[in-house]
Amino acid sequence: MIAGIRLGRGVRLTTMIVAALALCLGIVLGSTSFSANATETPAPTPTPTAPGDFTNTYSIGGILRDGDTLVAGAEITVEGDGFSETATTDDTGRWSVVVPGKGDYTVTLDPDTLPEGVALRDPDRSSAEVSSTEWQTNTITRSFPLGVDTRQTTGFFEQFLQRLAAGLNFGLLIALAAIGITLIFGTTGLNNFAHGEMVTFGAIVAWIVAVLLGINIFVAMLIALVLGGVFGYVQDWLLWRPLRRKGVRLVQAMIVSIGLAIALRYLYLFYIGGETKTMSVGLSDAVVLGPVRITTGSILSMIISVVVLVLVGLFLTRTRIGKATRAVSDNPSLAAASGIDVDRIIRIVWVLAGALAALAGVMLALYRQVSWDMGFQVLLLMFAAVTLGGLGSAYGALVGSLVVGLFVELSTLFIPADLKYAAALVVLIVVLLVRPQGILGRKERIG
Amino acid sequence: MDWGNIFGNAVGEIISPTTAAYALAAIGLGIHFGYTGLLNFGQAAFLLIGAYAFAIPTLAGAPLIVAILCAIACSVIFAFILGIPTLRLRADYLAIVTIAAAEVVRYIVTTTGLTDFTGAANGLSGFKGTFAAINPIPEGRYGFGPFSYNEYDWWVRIVGWSLVVLASLLVWLLMRSPWGRVVKGIREDEDAVRSLGKNVYSYKMQALILGGGLGSIAGIVFILPRAVQPANYTTGLTFFIWTIMLLGGAATIFGPIVGSMIFWVVLSLTQGVLYGAIESGALSFISTTQAGQIRFILVGVALMLLVIFRPQGIFGNKKELSFSV
Repeated sequence: MIAGIRLGRGVRLTTMIVAALALCLGIVLGSTSFSANATETPAPTPTPTAPGDFTNTYSIGGILRDGDTLVAGAEITVEGDGFSETATTDDTGRWSVVVPGKGDYTVTLDPDTLPEGVALRDPDRSSAEVSSTEWQTNTITRSFPLGVDTRQTTGFFEQFLQRLAAGLNFGLLIALAAIGITLIFGTTGLNNFAHGEMVTFGAIVAWIVAVLLGINIFVAMLIALVLGGVFGYVQDWLLWRPLRRKGVRLVQAMIVSIGLAIALRYLYLFYIGGETKTMSVGLSDAVVLGPVRITTGSILSMIISVVVLVLVGLFLTRTRIGKATRAVSDNPSLAAASGIDVDRIIRIVWVLAGALAALAGVMLALYRQVSWDMGFQVLLLMFAAVTLGGLGSAYGALVGSLVVGLFVELSTLFIPADLKYAAALVVLIVVLLVRPQGILGRKERIG
Repeated sequence: MDWGNIFGNAVGEIISPTTAAYALAAIGLGIHFGYTGLLNFGQAAFLLIGAYAFAIPTLAGAPLIVAILCAIACSVIFAFILGIPTLRLRADYLAIVTIAAAEVVRYIVTTTGLTDFTGAANGLSGFKGTFAAINPIPEGRYGFGPFSYNEYDWWVRIVGWSLVVLASLLVWLLMRSPWGRVVKGIREDEDAVRSLGKNVYSYKMQALILGGGLGSIAGIVFILPRAVQPANYTTGLTFFIWTIMLLGGAATIFGPIVGSMIFWVVLSLTQGVLYGAIESGALSFISTTQAGQIRFILVGVALMLLVIFRPQGIFGNKKELSFSV
């Protein structure tokens, strides 16, 4: 009898997973050349050179812009393996060099060819490397940030304020996504490694709606928010709820989420390609607030983050469902015994987490463009934030996120910018050493 | 579609040095997760440390044995750094910290400030001299069919697979010893082992060091046929090693080896078939680049299905592998 029930569940789970896979595969096979349409820079279409030869055309390219102004006439040289070619940016700021193969190249921008009044933001970064292992796709993008050289013109204090503003923005943005992680962990015990992909999902939806379809960015944000919630719901419905019913252990579920993350990430890559997509929606005008230079997009993103975080806080403390969520977080069995429908609460948490992650994705896209692995790049920072604050505590996630965001940006005052994420992760390890339960965590959770 | 070529390439993967390196890394991870129950999600860092700690001294002129000892020593130090803050914590904290530490190490070797030592994003190459110098095989091309390689390729394969055999033997002997029983006891019930007066922390640390050491040797085998590239050591590498270990069976002797062979043969086959289908026009709407991406979608899906439906892997015993948390 018991075996029968178990078998029944197993079959049900199998059917669901097979259905989900069929859906994925259907989408993969059904979309013929979506990525080609979707690519903002019309990359050279892969044309096989000769029958029987798998060689495609490989190119390195990008768009040169100073804020919203596209820079024309700048010369960029690509060198490597005895190959050397110079491209000039066209009227739309675009440049592209077709290279002989998947090799190592050095891309150099000649600063003298830049128009009057435009300079590299960091004069030491006039060249960039392309390594042969990066060729997951046919086109590799390199960008050269232009603008005022902040390093020479500003003193330490101004830079500190500048970084402080950026850190606050980044921290709030991480908090939006991290609250989802911490709520899911609190109610189900799952460390969701696929959360980064939910962030990417929001960014891609917003990019498609706002840039490809040209719809207003606020509408796009709303659509991303709704679809993100739907994505969370579908994930719970097709995967996590059947797994909970099956009695899958937490570590097992964690590895399942890793598998899901890999599958989703490469699905995104399959669709949108490996190039970084620019989120040009006209929110990159700089506003000067005293010593701080900040874009309207960033200000907007901070305001929206704060409003949404306050709303989530009110939801958790003031509403019945919010209180029930915290009760499930505290003790699921006791919550169930007192008449709370635990499964329903978990479903709501997944919808909320999906929606918040998608919204964070849109903000991240405004902050730093769209790419297929953008969510995964910030996943560890979100985990760091959640662990720092104390796993399972929503306020802890907020505090932890702000600490991580500020630390990432402020650390660049002292260490090279390419180590800023490393610095945040080192902080995570050090905090675990001295206060394992995190800043606001409770001791019993560390086991 | 050239089936002969496709199968030839796939069969060649069975004894390729990459397969051996992944098998070694999976054996090390098997000690961590399969036998001791440690959730190490930073195995890529041990491979990275093995690779750099071998390549940097070699490029500086150190003899082969010094370079290998340096690689092992560095992985031991790294295991200590990793283990001290985390081994007292619950399993999922270890997972997050190891994955974070692996990324930290990767950021450090990629930073432009260290270009003189690590080559930054370009990595390192030209360190094969000392290893090739002790190659006893005379110059030439040997073998038959798909297994036809020159003397260096054979040398890498022979050394790589000998190391796999030695590591498997070591694990087999260790797990039959009292040490192995304690370690397995920790996996089943930490508190019970502690109540028997064993120092659980110390045993976990030893297991972490041992598996990490095997990981660093895997890192050396991995770079012998190629250059050191920091982009190879992302968390993706760790997850592939996990897939391999779970595929074969985490707490088994042959699991990691067979898992690695199956993983690479299947990857090579799907690539061959997809490329062949694109070439023959059967799959005209995807590019070869996209075909490469489909394979990784499949890896992710395979990992999910494996963990849900057969967590003990091909060889595993369901009782032996109970996910304890």
